[in-house]
Amino acid sequence: MVSKPSAPRIAISNVTLGYEGHPAVHHLDGAVAPGSMTAVVGPNGSGKSTLLKGIVGLLKPIEGHIDVEGLGHREISYLPQQASIDRSFPISVAEMASLGLWSRRGAFGGVSVSDREHVARAISAVGLRGFEDRTLDTLSGGQLQRVLFARVLVQDSPLILLDEPFNAIDANTAADLMGVIERWHREKRTIIAVMHDLELAKERFPHALLLAREAIAWGTRKTSLRRPIFSKHARCPNAGMITHRGVNAKPADVPL
Amino acid sequence: MRRALAGCIALSLSAAPVGVFMMLRRMSLMGDAMAHAILPGVAIGFLLFGLEILPMSIGGMLAGLLVAVSAGLVARGTALKEDASLAAFYLISLSLGVLIVSLKGSSVDLMHVLFGSVLALDDEALIVVGAAATISIAGLSLILRPLVAECVDPGFLSAMHGPGTTAYLVFLMLVVLNLVAGFQALGTLLAVGIMVLPAAAARFWMRRLFGMIGVAVLVAIVSCVLGLLVSYHLRLASGPSITLVAGGLYLVSLVVGPVGGVLWQLLPHRHRAA
Repeated sequence: MVSKPSAPRIAISNVTLGYEGHPAVHHLDGAVAPGSMTAVVGPNGSGKSTLLKGIVGLLKPIEGHIDVEGLGHREISYLPQQASIDRSFPISVAEMASLGLWSRRGAFGGVSVSDREHVARAISAVGLRGFEDRTLDTLSGGQLQRVLFARVLVQDSPLILLDEPFNAIDANTAADLMGVIERWHREKRTIIAVMHDLELAKERFPHALLLAREAIAWGTRKTSLRRPIFSKHARCPNAGMITHRGVNAKPADVPL
Repeated sequence: MRRALAGCIALSLSAAPVGVFMMLRRMSLMGDAMAHAILPGVAIGFLLFGLEILPMSIGGMLAGLLVAVSAGLVARGTALKEDASLAAFYLISLSLGVLIVSLKGSSVDLMHVLFGSVLALDDEALIVVGAAATISIAGLSLILRPLVAECVDPGFLSAMHGPGTTAYLVFLMLVVLNLVAGFQALGTLLAVGIMVLPAAAARFWMRRLFGMIGVAVLVAIVSCVLGLLVSYHLRLASGPSITLVAGGLYLVSLVVGPVGGVLWQLLPHRHRAA
């Protein structure tokens, strides 16, 4: 039996990330501890999603390097924003969740009975039992997000990256999915979630990175999301407003 | 007639599933452009060897692949989008093809190349169609998983560092292969008909991918059989006959199909439990 990889440490060394030579995140330096749960908060255009793309290997740093210790890119669970999903494509909830088997089965590997049971358990865990045969175009935004969480569960990765997991979903769904994230945290997986909701980050995430195209603060929530930080950096030079209640965007000049 | 039927059924089995993916990727018009793109290769084969299936097929395959890969690379590597890039290449190809055919052949030859002559399928042509169909079915089976992932969630496939670009390029090759297999029977301009119309009809009958593929194959086979019978008995061109039957089945599906068909939308529905 192959042992599961343990939660990785992520070392970020003087990293600048961007698009076509235009930096979106400048000179980021720091580390994410194994098994930690970090919220990345900041206004639109602050480079949050860009940072996740850099960690998962979709974007090569313009400068510096990101080291996900002991884990290949295919072993990382990455939940992108829903915008990239073609909901009209005629596949079922179960088939969509089964894509999470990719890291183990690849493009050609067979799917076993235990794989199917694993998928069924994941669908059940996100509250979608009975929806297995429904096609994606019949689901609400919140239900689709549950399917994507089921796919992450199927991936069973020690590192989970979530890009705005609570965007445009109702409070009940957000609460359920937050419960799933906290379960992952108890299982000692490393979790990084990009989010807009500062209150939620302060209440539920032990660590936070406040980002505005550069690190404004990074550490435990008590140190990185305290009020003086917001007053000091109320208006970041390259992004929108940050207040103690939340983040207000101004039109971003960098594609995310 | 039996050879024509065997050729068309082989074509239906390979072209209809590829057509379903073309439709789902919103590439149906791209298939039409590709059909034009194979013309200069077919025409050069015709110019050098006359109406011989093998050189014309190889020429069509090479021209189609050249245009598909060039258009794909231009779209992925420059600011030009795929539709504009493909349109530019296919317009050049079509003009070149018609010019090359007119250098040597008569308008009858040109009509044969453009609209096909399925009843003139000889053994050699049947082998070419059969081989192309076999390769196409095997190729699509191999790339099925990455192709589905690339269609439904390209961001996820990229994150898995999956073979998205490879699957896409292989798929383009399969489109070209089916167009080349179809041109002898249906002509270069209508070869795409047996791919697109059955797929579009199937969308109105099935919600799931494999159901859609099954119905598309069935519609393609029925179109071929009925189209050939009409063509044979009324002495009409085979390509347009088969395509028109497929078009008729599409229109029927559009009206009575249970998945979003016009009649079903007008009827009152009882909602499901969940």
